[in-house]
Amino acid sequence: MLALAAVLSAQDTTAGKSVYVTWCAGCHGDGGAGDGAAAAHMLPRPRNFTGGLYKIRTTASGQLPTDADLERAIDDGLPGSAMPGWKGRLSDTERRDVMAYIKTFSSFFADTSQHVVPLKFSSPPGGGTSETALKVGRQFYDSIGCRKCHGDQGRGDGPSAPTLKDDADFPIFAADLHQNWRFRGGGSVEDIYRRLRTGLDGTPMPSFADLIDQRFLTDEELWRLAQYVRSLSPPTPPEVRDVVHAPQIHGTVPTSPDDSVWARVVRYWFPLVGQVIHKSRWFAPAVSGVWVQAVHDGTTLALRVSWDDRTESPDSAWLKFAQRILETVAGDDSAPPPPKAEPWPDQLAVQFPRRLPEGSGGMERPYFLMGATTDPVYQWRWTSRPRRALAGLARGIERFDTVAGAPAGEALYGHGEWRLVLTRALATPDTANEVQLEAGRAIPMAFFAWDGSSGEHGSRMAVSTWYFLALDRPTPPGVFISPVLAMLVTLGLGLVVVRRAQRRGARHIS
Amino acid sequence: MRKLGAVAVTGAVLALALAAWTRQPPTPGQGGGTIGGKVKFTGAKPAMPKIDMTEEPKCKAKYQGVPTDETVVVNANGTLANVFVYVKSGLPASYTAPAAAGPVALDQDGCRYHPHVLGIQVGQPLAIKNSDGILHNIKAKAKANRPFNISQPTVMTSTKTFDKPEVMVALECNVHGWMHAWLGVLPHPFFAVSGADGSFTLKGLPPGTYSIEAWHEKYGTQTATVTVAGSETKTADFSFAGK
Repeated sequence: MLALAAVLSAQDTTAGKSVYVTWCAGCHGDGGAGDGAAAAHMLPRPRNFTGGLYKIRTTASGQLPTDADLERAIDDGLPGSAMPGWKGRLSDTERRDVMAYIKTFSSFFADTSQHVVPLKFSSPPGGGTSETALKVGRQFYDSIGCRKCHGDQGRGDGPSAPTLKDDADFPIFAADLHQNWRFRGGGSVEDIYRRLRTGLDGTPMPSFADLIDQRFLTDEELWRLAQYVRSLSPPTPPEVRDVVHAPQIHGTVPTSPDDSVWARVVRYWFPLVGQVIHKSRWFAPAVSGVWVQAVHDGTTLALRVSWDDRTESPDSAWLKFAQRILETVAGDDSAPPPPKAEPWPDQLAVQFPRRLPEGSGGMERPYFLMGATTDPVYQWRWTSRPRRALAGLARGIERFDTVAGAPAGEALYGHGEWRLVLTRALATPDTANEVQLEAGRAIPMAFFAWDGSSGEHGSRMAVSTWYFLALDRPTPPGVFISPVLAMLVTLGLGLVVVRRAQRRGARHIS
Repeated sequence: MRKLGAVAVTGAVLALALAAWTRQPPTPGQGGGTIGGKVKFTGAKPAMPKIDMTEEPKCKAKYQGVPTDETVVVNANGTLANVFVYVKSGLPASYTAPAAAGPVALDQDGCRYHPHVLGIQVGQPLAIKNSDGILHNIKAKAKANRPFNISQPTVMTSTKTFDKPEVMVALECNVHGWMHAWLGVLPHPFFAVSGADGSFTLKGLPPGTYSIEAWHEKYGTQTATVTVAGSETKTADFSFAGK
């Protein structure tokens, strides 16, 4: 019986090993120490399995995870990190086997004195979105010190944020609580509550479970805190749509990011990824996406871009953090040693082709990554210091030549968020180089973002692919008038016919 | 010859038994040998960085000047404080440690740990107190033991134990990146931390030859071999050099 069990478990880990070597070792390393070939490019780094220490668990702080905890991480992945979900890529058996194999990297799993007991979690109290509930949650957000790391408004910009490191001394970001779709352990209110109870082992995020035992707060109040944190993100993760519709408004376009007009305009989310095509490559982009809104008034376009950024760069409090990022995230194999962190600014670029694609079906666009020497792109570039917006032609990442007609730029920073409005005339004199923003056309548009305090500058940036901007035409007056005219004409013709018939009838009678 | 051999073996067994009997560990503090000494410091005393506590007015108010990091604390008499000195090996196999007397206290006061270096026995409670009344998290980056990371947003005490020997466990607060302390977990009570005069004392040792290790967070470790018999006191001085 024992022998059989031994054989079975041996088979499991042998099968698990082959899955591991094929799919996991590239990042997690042959020995499970989180030091695979790709690991040095990643932030957060791949899990080191040798310590038996896991972020996402249902067990108390410092305890081993349950098998179900490990299975969930393998099945669903860890959002916001490089770890994908493996459900659908690997069979049920393969995933179970590899889970068993991963446990062999740490002797703690074989230690029978370790009792792996999942915590008992209560169910969320109702009324989670009510004003009262959120107020209670916010009260505890302040009283238990969440803002120390996560910041006053939850964007990971608290006073302790620039000093944070994980157990392996790698720099670590306090989570941006406005992007729950990137929470490692899931973004539901239940997930958030569990993380508050268990903490995220190996990170600065502690467990708050003792506070219930010591009657500092009640279980219900901890739920309220989770509900408050959940309320900071949109109800559903943002959907990526290809086209930004810019409605035409009456009066002039708003130039301020906080103009009330923006509250009535749809905002579109565009995800950004690290620039990993040209050297120096960048695998740890700080800006995960931008929210975009646009309006026009028939002569001018106003484009509002907002994005989460922990710092108003350059910020001397974050200079050491930027240095740690540069030392942690490897660039290219051939790249020189990391440069010394400088007080780089934050930057945002909006990119268009110089001219709209010709012809009805023509959708050929320049190279998305800042064009090419022979085929430049037209860009607006905004920097936080000096605070200005420029227009120019990019011929690849390295070359940017300004042109005369810069857009007007107005930016505001607060609590971990940039809000920027760029405005420019739809039509400009330099039709050869500056895109002419015609209503009713699909105008290709792309975005780039740099967070100077995360070491981003030059080719170390976050990029998007091409999307589109569409300036909606005002509904032409004809649309309303023609039906009325048609009706009147029909009516008139009908009357004429009827009259004639009546006259004819009258003649016959007479 | 055979008889002689038998007598020799019997004698040896008796001698060993007698030795084992006499080596029964005395309770610490009640007889036994003592190893004491000083931890000297030579060379240049490094300047410790100042800690900016502007973000924590409650802590800042507890200092007259600007507090400094405690990685290297050189005493006025030229000795080195915060050196963890302990019996690394040499205890008889039959040795069983006495139950520890009460919990060991670790206080967070003025956004620093008191003491900065401390020892504890396996299974002995560590009472972690927050005297500041502001948020601290206490992370024990244990490797042989299971780690933990708990929060204390108010004046409160949390108790933790460690079930395996481990020299040293790093303790840190992530809210205040400068806060760190070191904890030595041992299966016996023979450990001490050099104090404000640089001295240490290990009392109540069973007779034997011991490997004594002195550990410092920046300067590493040094070992000395010391033999004690009966209730005698032996001296073992250590010396660390600044770089």
